[in-house]
Amino acid sequence: MIEETPKNAVEVLSFMPELSVVDMWIVVTGAATNVACALVGCFLVLRRMSLMGDAISHAVLPGLVIAFLFSGSLNIVPLFLGAAAMGLLTTFLTQSLHQYARVPSDASMGVVFTSLFALGVVLVKKYVSGLHFDVACVYAGALEYVPFAEPIFGLPRPLFTTLVVLVVNLAVLVLLWKELKVSSFDENLASTMGFSATAMHYLLMMLVAMTTVASFEAVGSILVVAMLIVPAATAHLLCDRLGVMVFLSAVVGVAAAVLGYAAGSWLDTNYAGMMTVAVGVLYGLAVLFSPRYGLINALVRNVRMSLKVMRDDLLAMLYRVEELAREKPLSPANARRAVGGGWLAQWGLAGLVRSGQIASTDDRLQLTDTGREVARSLVRSHRLWETYLVEHLGMPLDHVHEPAHRVEHFIDEQLRRELEAKVDAAAGDPHGREIPGGE
Amino acid sequence: MDGLSLSEKVMIGTALLGGMSGVVGSFAVLRGRSLVGDMLAHAALPGVCLAFLLMGTRNLLGLSLGALASGLVAIAAVTVIVRWTRTKEDAAIGIVLSTFFGAGVVLLSVIQKPSVGGNKAGLNLYLFGEPANMLTGDLFLLAGVAVVVLLTVAMLFKEFQLVCFDTDFAQSQGWPTLGLDLAMMAALAVVTVVGLPIVGVILMAAMIILPAATARFWTNRLHILLLLAGALGVAAGLLGSHLGRNFPAGASIVLTATALFVVSLLFAPQRGVVARVVAEWRLRRRISREHLLRSLYELGEPRLPLVAELRVEQLRTYRYWKPKLLERLLQWAVAGELVKVAENQVQLTPLGLRRAAELTRTHRLWETYLMQQANIAADHVDRDADETEHLLPAAVLLELEQQLEEAGRLPRAIADVPQSPHELEPPPPKPKRKKPQS
Amino acid sequence: MTKIAFEIHDMTVAYYRRPVLWDIDLTVPEGKLVGIVGPNGAGKTTLIKAALGLVSLASGKVEIYGKSYAEQRRLVGYVPQRESVDWDFPVTVRDVVLMGTYGRLGWFRRPGRAERQIAERCLEQVDIHSLANRQIRQLSGGQQQRVFLARALAQQAQLYFLDEPFAGVDAATEGAIIELLHTLRSGGKTVLVVHHDLQTVREYFDYVILLNMRLIACGDIESTFTNENLHKTYGGRLTLLDEAAEAMRKQEPL
Repeated sequence: MIEETPKNAVEVLSFMPELSVVDMWIVVTGAATNVACALVGCFLVLRRMSLMGDAISHAVLPGLVIAFLFSGSLNIVPLFLGAAAMGLLTTFLTQSLHQYARVPSDASMGVVFTSLFALGVVLVKKYVSGLHFDVACVYAGALEYVPFAEPIFGLPRPLFTTLVVLVVNLAVLVLLWKELKVSSFDENLASTMGFSATAMHYLLMMLVAMTTVASFEAVGSILVVAMLIVPAATAHLLCDRLGVMVFLSAVVGVAAAVLGYAAGSWLDTNYAGMMTVAVGVLYGLAVLFSPRYGLINALVRNVRMSLKVMRDDLLAMLYRVEELAREKPLSPANARRAVGGGWLAQWGLAGLVRSGQIASTDDRLQLTDTGREVARSLVRSHRLWETYLVEHLGMPLDHVHEPAHRVEHFIDEQLRRELEAKVDAAAGDPHGREIPGGE
Repeated sequence: MDGLSLSEKVMIGTALLGGMSGVVGSFAVLRGRSLVGDMLAHAALPGVCLAFLLMGTRNLLGLSLGALASGLVAIAAVTVIVRWTRTKEDAAIGIVLSTFFGAGVVLLSVIQKPSVGGNKAGLNLYLFGEPANMLTGDLFLLAGVAVVVLLTVAMLFKEFQLVCFDTDFAQSQGWPTLGLDLAMMAALAVVTVVGLPIVGVILMAAMIILPAATARFWTNRLHILLLLAGALGVAAGLLGSHLGRNFPAGASIVLTATALFVVSLLFAPQRGVVARVVAEWRLRRRISREHLLRSLYELGEPRLPLVAELRVEQLRTYRYWKPKLLERLLQWAVAGELVKVAENQVQLTPLGLRRAAELTRTHRLWETYLMQQANIAADHVDRDADETEHLLPAAVLLELEQQLEEAGRLPRAIADVPQSPHELEPPPPKPKRKKPQS
Repeated sequence: MTKIAFEIHDMTVAYYRRPVLWDIDLTVPEGKLVGIVGPNGAGKTTLIKAALGLVSLASGKVEIYGKSYAEQRRLVGYVPQRESVDWDFPVTVRDVVLMGTYGRLGWFRRPGRAERQIAERCLEQVDIHSLANRQIRQLSGGQQQRVFLARALAQQAQLYFLDEPFAGVDAATEGAIIELLHTLRSGGKTVLVVHHDLQTVREYFDYVILLNMRLIACGDIESTFTNENLHKTYGGRLTLLDEAAEAMRKQEPL
């Protein structure tokens, strides 16, 4: 397979050791696991069942032990069956507790999976004590050993089983796309359409259980839980369409595998843990920088909006000063103070001067022609809105200036036209001032 | 204190832990936050590792403080995510839970490198817990925490109760709902953190939920719920560590708690499954018996005041009873001296007649009410009345009588049962029963 | 001179930047029984929540007897909508009514004999004393409403806000509630009620607030509850308001 990587890739990733076959297997296994989990995880997150992933990944333990005892080996097929059975059992018990015993749904989940897990621990201690049962392994897996596992069809066994599950998950998604979509969005609607929401639910949980088990050996349960939830949640912050979300979550999963591996090699720490941390970091980045929903972007938008309002206020004020034909010119300092002062006013004014809407000469501010145009539209919006408030909403005269002042920044040409249709602009605003003409 | 044996220490320790978990867990469960215990247990790991790296030794207090710190950061992270992003609460909890734990696993692998010194024995046990490592000092810590936590709950009982029940109302009264919420979470965090080295991560999560969920089956009063949950937690702790000497201690404690849960689920007096099934069955039985008497009355009505002798066949076709059921009902009626049965004839006794008349009267009162007040059509009334009349409490009956009296349609004498408002025919056979051969 | 119990000045409330109440300005004198009326989505519940400090104001202010709500909490009683409550919570009817006294008790103090007596009186006033030990899920809709009313009464306030108290309630309970409200009014209290049934407005209230995202009118029933005003209230949403609101929400003026 790949013994050497192209030179430029090595240069780009120069701080990393040269990728070898071993490394490739690890990354690929991690990526495959993450993608398999992410595909199913999207629906868990959308259905607000994220913690079922956590629950099932723990609840499968007794099933695994029983399957192992029955089959006498660690063959993956009985383990899958045991896991699937536990997945169904967990789901069934959780639902029943909630429906018939009226236990709140999160508590039922908690009761069921912790009890099953405790049962599993006891079974392990009693019957499997011969096997080396490394506790930490269950959680953190052993990605490091994957490349050295016995090969099936040329692939290391854990990778093979993971790919099988990946393909199965993908197939289910493709075949049942619309059913999954409807039942995740509106269970009742789905049921009335004939797609049993309960069947979808059980199917999903079974897939979760199988994905969990397939990944245990390689990456341990904690990475599985993380990958079921975090890539999907990250994708959710980045887009608004289900198909895109599923695709993005897979991309995030792969990215987490690569980054986690790189960091893990560099720091010489556990790979699965590092991948988990990596996906968390990716989520954090999405929280901050998502184009539509990111916090930093929201902050930036807020500041830009405040600046715009500030600039509008300055322009409108100058226009009104002109209207009143006052002799005393307005100085920059006074103007800034009049609109509230502070760095925002300073910035706003500087921006206006820069963009040629205001001319500042001899400590005197004056509107340029461009500036006047903008100001005129603003004042027009303001006065049209005031008229509208008085005539159609019956607001008293002395109460309309403030609201109009707030809304004027958001009134665009179309809205102005509609306002004009509703009020008689020629008659002037409620304070008797002329409404400046439109284009 | 030093004179205590290890197993005694373990029992006291797990009892204290169980009691505390039950109490703080009650608020978590009531608030729909059962799994926050799970999250805290997982999220504590990086804090523990960092504390270890800083201190270089396994000191319970130090590690617990580290765990608490990262637990509180986790709570803050979830709060921020839920408040400021589109991510929903369950996903937020899952994200924080898994990524923090992953960070912990990474730190753990760092610690276990030979180049990092310090006494690492037992750090691994934060994953599964090991009560056998409990020292006397640890016991003091547990006791101290228990006192503080329980005192806080006792002092702030009404505040917590109010905020849990109706947050808007609490806020309108001026209570700092966010602060109180955080206080509840902080108490949860402290208890979780302290319990981790004893029972481990998953099992600590269980101890938060199980006693509270169990206690809920037994009471409807909050303060009793708290006491009961605490007691159940103590019981689970004591029993579990005692019974589970050959099993992993944490798992035994949890399984004991689960057993208590299942027992309560089934056998609790009002909310238990058995109690509800029995109540349902009793109701069905009463309804069948009342139907028998009423049918006897209706069949014999035309010949009143003579008490008719009816053939069992007549009775059976009147309501399409299964033969066995009818037999049992008749046996009950005979035992209660309500009917006399001879060969294939059934006859109401005077007592039986009176009872049957009362029942029929109630039925017809209700039918009349439904027709007149609820505008239900005559041919629907019988079925509707059938379903609800048995559930009518005495107060409602009284009201009905009053209304009919005002309308001038109330018969006075007990035997004076009002005319049936519709044609008395046997009701159409229910679809699932076989049609009788004529 | 009648005192002004409740006053709103130029209040705008926005959810996610989208104004749901525009520039509300109204005055309610003391001792009135006020109906708050408007179509679905008009912002009636929002009005109450804004008054109680449960949602933040984009602009304007609310005054209770001339001071802010935070200073006057003791004077205000609140009956929220029934949906907002967890009916499986382990509390009895008596427990819930006692909660009304918590505000006056302050931190750490437990309800004592005085508070219990207040609770008993309130239970009797709404006629559910016989149900005092029941868990709240075991009550009918009308009984549940009475419990919340009793809780508000236990707050011993001067000004009461009730949000849709007659929704899903039987005729007898509705009659009992209205009688109770009239008694409160006779005692000099001011009561504001979000009400959905136009037919009974004249019968129940002596003052009315007509709302549809903005204030249509506020005043005595006689002069304010007119066909013309009703037409304005129920005549559909103002499209322009909606468009402007949407533009503000997107924060992207074109």
